[in-house]
Amino acid sequence: MPLHIIVRLFASHREAAGTGSVEVRLEQGATAADAFARARDVHPELPADTNNVAFAVNREFARPDTQLAEGDEVAVLPPVAGG
Amino acid sequence: MSARILISSAVLDEQSAVNALSHDGAGATVTFVGRVRGDSRGRSVEKLEYDAYPEMAEIVFERIAREIRAKFDIVDIAIHHRVGALAVGEISVVIAVSAAHRPAAFDACRDAIDTLKRIAPIWKKEFAADGATWVEDRP
Repeated sequence: MPLHIIVRLFASHREAAGTGSVEVRLEQGATAADAFARARDVHPELPADTNNVAFAVNREFARPDTQLAEGDEVAVLPPVAGG
Repeated sequence: MSARILISSAVLDEQSAVNALSHDGAGATVTFVGRVRGDSRGRSVEKLEYDAYPEMAEIVFERIAREIRAKFDIVDIAIHHRVGALAVGEISVVIAVSAAHRPAAFDACRDAIDTLKRIAPIWKKEFAADGATWVEDRP
């Protein structure tokens, strides 16, 4: 059974992809980083270098190697600049 | 009673954040107000645009407030952040803290804004005469 994952994009990523949300299908055992890589397959304008991005799964900060479950929402967070 | 935690595209004012606080036993209120500056790294800024992950930013603000209350001897804390397009001089963020005495109020307010800047899932784009850029370093 493939996993259906929503990848949320923000700021420069949202602009590069032209959308704030991408739905991707992944194999069981896939990680947050895999979800972003799959989103990049759909939107090659997204950066390949993920060294300075952070991940969140279901609105909690998460490591890139966090394993996903069906219906999870993965957010890819560029360096933040609030305040 | 206004909300302690607020992420909104509507205009912010510091009094609303102060009004959201409990002042029960508080002898001090400290407020931090952040405004859009007209210059950034040598460039003249025309306006800013804030993007956010609002559902998560709200959770992060709640967590910051909880941790600040645990760490400092304060009565209450409110965190308000604006999103969307802001002109120079407009308020982007307000942090208000009430406490029995001023040292805890000052310390908590500073810790809260520093933590917010470090972790809140909020981004800003600066529009200058020579183009627009997403800010990806921390001043």
